[in-house]
Amino acid sequence: MTSAISVAGLTRRYRDQVALDDVSLEIEAGSITGLLGRNGAGKTTLLRILAGQEFPSSGSVNVLGAPPAENEQVLRRMMFVREDQAYPDIRVGAALRAASWFYPNWDAGLADSLMADFDLRPTKAIKRLSRGMRSALGIVIGLAARAEVTLFDEPYAGLDAVARQVFYDRLLADYAERPRTILLSTHLIDEAAALFETVVVIDRGRVVLEAAADSLRGVATTVSGPVLAVDEFTAGRTVWNRRRLGAQASVVTVGQLDEASRARARSLGLDLVPLTLQQLVVHADGWPAAPEAANLEGVGA
Amino acid sequence: MAGLDEGTPLFAQVAERLAAEIADGGLAEGDRVPSTNELAAFYRINPATAAKGINLLADDGLVEKRRGVGMFVADGARQRLLAQRREHFVERYVRPLLTEATRLGIDNGELITAIKECGHEQFSDSRGGAVV
Repeated sequence: MTSAISVAGLTRRYRDQVALDDVSLEIEAGSITGLLGRNGAGKTTLLRILAGQEFPSSGSVNVLGAPPAENEQVLRRMMFVREDQAYPDIRVGAALRAASWFYPNWDAGLADSLMADFDLRPTKAIKRLSRGMRSALGIVIGLAARAEVTLFDEPYAGLDAVARQVFYDRLLADYAERPRTILLSTHLIDEAAALFETVVVIDRGRVVLEAAADSLRGVATTVSGPVLAVDEFTAGRTVWNRRRLGAQASVVTVGQLDEASRARARSLGLDLVPLTLQQLVVHADGWPAAPEAANLEGVGA
Repeated sequence: MAGLDEGTPLFAQVAERLAAEIADGGLAEGDRVPSTNELAAFYRINPATAAKGINLLADDGLVEKRRGVGMFVADGARQRLLAQRREHFVERYVRPLLTEATRLGIDNGELITAIKECGHEQFSDSRGGAVV
């Protein structure tokens, strides 16, 4: 694998607070990666450092083979779309022109068609745009730049579900046409989950999980039914979360269930409901904060 | 993620959908299989995931690559898929049926009567005449 982004031993401290704690990470070139975690987990700090907008306290960061900070050769080849991006007091069209001068792969045709999709007009003053429309502008610039490395940090504040679907569809379509490295941080995990090839979960400044997104589907299952049956079924399995109401129990088990296990659950009268990626991330709290946790087997044991 | 479920890897579901289409004859032998990007756009999934699904079928020899043109349904693919399904029929359909029947206290005689009646309705609906 060729890494577009390579981070080793990265720590960022603010006074007495540790925002990133010894983060090491490789992001494969040409993949779409989801950067997931709770608010305050360290996602934005990581993205800002990758974009050269902030310096690490210690550790190394390479983007496209070189440290990004104050490195125009790298910065021209990467794009960072921030949540609540601030713009100077100019019109939409002027912002697009400025971006087109800076980014060598700028695609004006793509920008136009995205503008139409989001119903954005070039003559409109940016300061008069709603929050959602400002997010849409960030998305238009972020995609039309066609930068080799594109970082999206919760790019859709104020966008409704329909506009977000436009973003996902256009992102996939343009990525299919021009594969490139995309890192998207989001807390709307379930609606974005299928876009990702890889996911990285950060919790309290540490990487707690780095895995192929598809391999996480069905990796944990909620088993519910009569207490005795649940106990029998989950004996010897790794269990995350046990809840009980009267004679009914509900337990999250970790590990893929094969066809024989499913058949057994059915014969015991148990319900099996797979955890969504979002629910898995919620359980990130319970994962040991160690790099070995990247291996889901044994997590929570 | 149009119409796919949560608990199974997406690539496996893509492969399964394509296999079902081949088995049903919707995709005939020699037909072009949708491309990775077409599948990605339709299911709203990562193209690498879609590619993995197609590759699963290619590994089984159900689809084959024609250089520069795309993937096509292989000769004999439909017959092989139908044979596989017949092999799994008892395990997937009959055994769960018996399990539930046992739980409800339905004996074999009642079960066979129910199957006959159900088959009678289904066949007379679709063919306009009783078969069972």
